[in-house]
Amino acid sequence: MMTLETTLLLVGVGGQGTILAGKVIASWALKQGSLVKVSEVHGMSQRGGSVVTHIRIGQEIFSPLVERGGAEFIIATEKLEAWRWLPYLQQNGTLIVNEQEIYPLPVLTGARSYPHALGSRLQKSAARVLMIDALKIALRCGEPRAANMVLLGVFAKEIGAKRVDWHQALKQNIREQYLEKNILAFNAGYEQKFTI
Amino acid sequence: MKALLTGNAAIARGAFEAGVSFAAGYPGTPSTEILETIGRLYPQIEARWSPNEKVALEVGIGASLAGVRALVAMKHVGLNVAADPLFTFSYTGVNGGLLIVSADDPGLHSSQNEQDNRNYARSAKVPLLEPSDSMEAIEMTVYAFRLSEEFDTPVLLRTTTRINHTKTIVTLKERQDIACREYRRNTPKNVMIPAYGRLRHQFVEERMRRLQEASENTPLNRVEKGNSIGIITSGITYQYVREAVPDASVLKLGMPYPLPAALVREFAAGVEELYVVEELDPFLEDAVKALGLNPRGKELFPLTGEITPAMIAEKISGKKLFPGVALPGDYKEEEIPPRPPVLCPGCAHRGVFYTLKKLDLIVSGDIGCYTLGCLPPLESIDSCVCMGASIGIAVGMERANPLLKGRIVVVIGDSTFFHSGLTGLLEAIYNRSTITVIILDNRITAMTGHQEHPGTGKTLRGEKTVSVDPLAVAKGMGVKRLRVAEPLDLQSFTQVLKEELTAPELSVIVARHPCALHKPTAGQRYYVRIDKCSGCLLCLRLGCPALYVQEEEGKQKASIDKNLCGGCSLCSQVCRQGAIMEEVAE
Ligand SMILES: Cc1ncc(C[n+]2csc(CCOP(=O)(O)OP(=O)(O)O)c2C)c(N)n1
Repeated sequence: MMTLETTLLLVGVGGQGTILAGKVIASWALKQGSLVKVSEVHGMSQRGGSVVTHIRIGQEIFSPLVERGGAEFIIATEKLEAWRWLPYLQQNGTLIVNEQEIYPLPVLTGARSYPHALGSRLQKSAARVLMIDALKIALRCGEPRAANMVLLGVFAKEIGAKRVDWHQALKQNIREQYLEKNILAFNAGYEQKFTI
Repeated sequence: MKALLTGNAAIARGAFEAGVSFAAGYPGTPSTEILETIGRLYPQIEARWSPNEKVALEVGIGASLAGVRALVAMKHVGLNVAADPLFTFSYTGVNGGLLIVSADDPGLHSSQNEQDNRNYARSAKVPLLEPSDSMEAIEMTVYAFRLSEEFDTPVLLRTTTRINHTKTIVTLKERQDIACREYRRNTPKNVMIPAYGRLRHQFVEERMRRLQEASENTPLNRVEKGNSIGIITSGITYQYVREAVPDASVLKLGMPYPLPAALVREFAAGVEELYVVEELDPFLEDAVKALGLNPRGKELFPLTGEITPAMIAEKISGKKLFPGVALPGDYKEEEIPPRPPVLCPGCAHRGVFYTLKKLDLIVSGDIGCYTLGCLPPLESIDSCVCMGASIGIAVGMERANPLLKGRIVVVIGDSTFFHSGLTGLLEAIYNRSTITVIILDNRITAMTGHQEHPGTGKTLRGEKTVSVDPLAVAKGMGVKRLRVAEPLDLQSFTQVLKEELTAPELSVIVARHPCALHKPTAGQRYYVRIDKCSGCLLCLRLGCPALYVQEEEGKQKASIDKNLCGGCSLCSQVCRQGAIMEEVAE
């Protein structure tokens, strides 16, 4: 396949596995012969805060960061986080969103409310929006923590990448005992049909 | 061989390649993975967590004097703690090379301030290196040890979060074989009494002069010729500059201190407009201006937070890097609730903060996961300054304002207690304070990702060692009122706390329960019996991410997300209706 050039953001809630998803994407891209820069968030926000991983893939990359209006893809493991980071999406960008809602503390305590009808609003928010109940699919695969892999499957299909290459990348980053279910989850995402 | 490494993994690799055989540090974002990586991958290097950064630097100095190459890593505020040995070690110089890594955090991703530690290089008179990506992090780490030994100086490698936590591609090399140097007593060099210190200070000033020459000639400081716009920069902002204004001429400073003055003058003479692009302080800008040049820097760029390529493009070339985004008409930022980090579901120490709030106490806080107890709805911390400060601050408050007496409580984590709480506790004992100190003993350094510490019984590499008991330490220091309490038992914890508050002397309560993320409780999950729930929502005041409000026939009821529930039982203890029950095992 062509050497890919792209810029993407992985966003979600601390603990949802954005760092691992970033590792898998990076392994895959390296294997394709591209240069990669991945910028992660460690520390405090991993305790249930809003988290983001910046990924740039290409032939010559300077800044590792994605800027407002600069992301070709946003992969969101939670709806509110997709909405929060939406300004980072390019005008013709693609939004891949897990339909899960995780209420932040100010919402749980009633101080703030979770934006209403976010699903349908997200659906209209970008040039291309792929929404998927990744948690449900991951549960079906027997591994609730693999929702991130379902989304990677959607992404891989979207950019026309070969499935086997991704399986390789998963293998490099996921421990043997969890691998099978993660691959199942990835495949489910890869095979998902979207009607847009 | 090629690899994709974070800046931290690259520094660890650099230490390996440079033949380093000793590494010490104390955890702190964004520096933590440097020592962790060395511990995991490079058995040739003795790697250890020290109780705090000052001790880490001191054992590093010992290793250097004894003759080996040593690396000491910490976050920016850690260098404040280690500053005392640094300033005088600058005088004595090294035997084996010594590198201090300071990981700064512009933008305060995970810190209490955003100080600029380049200033330490100037005030301690040591050379400063600043990598712009992981490859440079390896190369500069290796180079630092040569520099250190050649010039008889500790070296400061300063990174920022975007370097530490960004993965870029590197080429790996073999490890150099570096033998341990001979150790010989050298009193005038290594014993800093005034008579010898005066002489060593002269040496230091002469060393600065020679280092400045080195800085003029090192390939780490280089000009990338472009158009008539000239930009002086270093570290991550170099990447942003190249991204934002690709045609500009750039003076990239890999060794920004001491400043290569001649190179800067020559560069300035070759361009029409001169800029300095740097995050935080005008460190380079001031030095460039001191040469009589007139660059534009902080008049365009902020003194706070991070700089972005978009900012640079706009300020220097007046262009937008990306076309504006067309957000949906119903997109309103005000509508988006923030998502702050929270105490984990299942965290037993939530019980402490719930109690502190209920009793309406004045709480002198410290740094760790438990600082999150300051956020609503727990909202029970009055102050938090730096690691270990909680006890001293409480002592001062109590003595200064008699109206506060009997209401002042300290919360301090176990790792923080060993880091710098001990001397504060001595102050409290010695000066007859009557405050109540609660040590939140979750048996690990949790906030930074679960590192071992002197209380855990394990070393950095997971080997068994003694486990220091904070209670025994307090007892040994002379504290008379000592209690161990289970923070998960709200009733008995409240009882213990009330007793200690009324006691007319200093008390130490060790609230002991392992970190819920590190060692989750094996217990059952909890659920709300909707028929019993009165909708009072008292349980929500625990601020547990697993608890939420659900509409049930037009009425608000509490509910528990069983995927998140940690089984701590606190909500069932808080509920007055007995509506929160343990799930029965199938
Ligand atoms: C001088 C200094 N060094 C390191 C840090 C980084 N740091 C912040 S919290 C923390 C760990 C605290 O551990 P502990 O006291 O056990 O509390 P826990 O997070 O486990 O609740 C560390 C190392 C810091 N803020 N200041």
